[in-house]
Amino acid sequence: MSETKIVDACNTYCPGPLMELITYMRQADVGDTLELLSTDQGSADDVPEWVEKCGHEMVGTEKIGEIWHIKVRKAK
Amino acid sequence: MKYSVVGAKRILIVGGGTGGTIVANNLARRLHGEIREHKVQISMLSASDQHMYQPGLLYVAFGQMMPDELYRDQASLLEPTIDFRVDPVVKFELEKKQVTTKSGDVHEYDVLVIATGSRMVPNEIPGLEEGAEFFYTEESAIKMFKKLREFEGGKVAITVGVPHKCPIAPVEVTFSLHDYFKARGIRDKVQIKYHYPINRIHSIENVAKWAQPEFDRIGVEYETLFNVEEVDAENKIVKSLEGTESEYDLLISIPEHRGMEVIEEHEFGPGGWIPTDRHQLTMEGQDNIYVLGDTTNLPVSKTGSAAHFQAEVVSENIASIIKIGAPVRDYKGKVYCFIEAGHDRATYAMFDYLNPPDLKPPNKSMHWFKMSYNQMYWTSVRGLL
Repeated sequence: MSETKIVDACNTYCPGPLMELITYMRQADVGDTLELLSTDQGSADDVPEWVEKCGHEMVGTEKIGEIWHIKVRKAK
Repeated sequence: MKYSVVGAKRILIVGGGTGGTIVANNLARRLHGEIREHKVQISMLSASDQHMYQPGLLYVAFGQMMPDELYRDQASLLEPTIDFRVDPVVKFELEKKQVTTKSGDVHEYDVLVIATGSRMVPNEIPGLEEGAEFFYTEESAIKMFKKLREFEGGKVAITVGVPHKCPIAPVEVTFSLHDYFKARGIRDKVQIKYHYPINRIHSIENVAKWAQPEFDRIGVEYETLFNVEEVDAENKIVKSLEGTESEYDLLISIPEHRGMEVIEEHEFGPGGWIPTDRHQLTMEGQDNIYVLGDTTNLPVSKTGSAAHFQAEVVSENIASIIKIGAPVRDYKGKVYCFIEAGHDRATYAMFDYLNPPDLKPPNKSMHWFKMSYNQMYWTSVRGLL
């Protein structure tokens, strides 16, 4: 079973959370789950939009304190 | 260590780019007393005897600078107390606190600084290397300029790989292309289309808010959520992971970057980026190893500016640990980027982990400041500015 890899993109303006996620998705294997940590409110909308367009899979979105935890599975 | 002074604290810097050079010079000055008393020794190992001012490559690609203007002898930039050798590291043995170089020499250290940088990897995308022009090496920047000179009109596509060195480069090259074709009197025959990986035209929201109306004003089309998956170089089509495609006559690519091969081979971190503490800039789990510049896995822009600000923190902390046994500073994510908004105007973005940039309208003064900085860099990298 593939492990969940954390991508810590809290408090970053450049390259920013979605760019960080794309970086690590490129390096991940199909079936891997990545958990993006973000303090950017926009990530809750930006990430699902990109994931849907690419054909990956949203696993879940949760806000704990000030941090969004967005889980994505690489599908292709 | 072959060249060590017995009993001295050995600081070894691997990499002679912006970050490594500023750390070395800054340390040599902060620790000049300790060096004179043979209590500290600073060494640098680099792959080249030349130091390149990498931001100058964008000017080479537009015929505004000659390649030889971008280089200085690395030895001429270093304080004379630094033992500098052109002999790249091929093996890191962290548990033994030693590295082995290409020539076979073994260098032991007490403190290690890794600043090996990054490299473009266009071959990660099928067809990209054959189909696109780049400006991240001297050779590719010259080739791009020759292609631009030959270009008489048609579709120019700009694409952006992730991650990439110099996050401002995509907008800078776009504005420069507009001005270049305008100056040649053929702008009306050229369609420029900009493609960007996320759902706005720049990763920094304030840069996107500024650049989008500028693109509209100068007639640059844009498509967001476009991550290049494949280039059909024969039919001149670039295809995205998101399922769209664009035709082109000239493809300009800001390609994906990775850490250097030697870092990847040691599997220090995915993509060849070394896991690094955000504030102390130490390698995760290694208190005596510092990492800076493009080499880190930090969610910070891969630019000489970030390397510069990180180098100040690293050198101040290494010196203070030697002098008083404790670090004195944290890196707070500071980055300062000039933004060329064409060939005669510029602005800048300054930000850190907690504060976004507040972009000012471009003006001619900032452009001339940037042109001056292209020369002032040599003072900066000596650790004097």
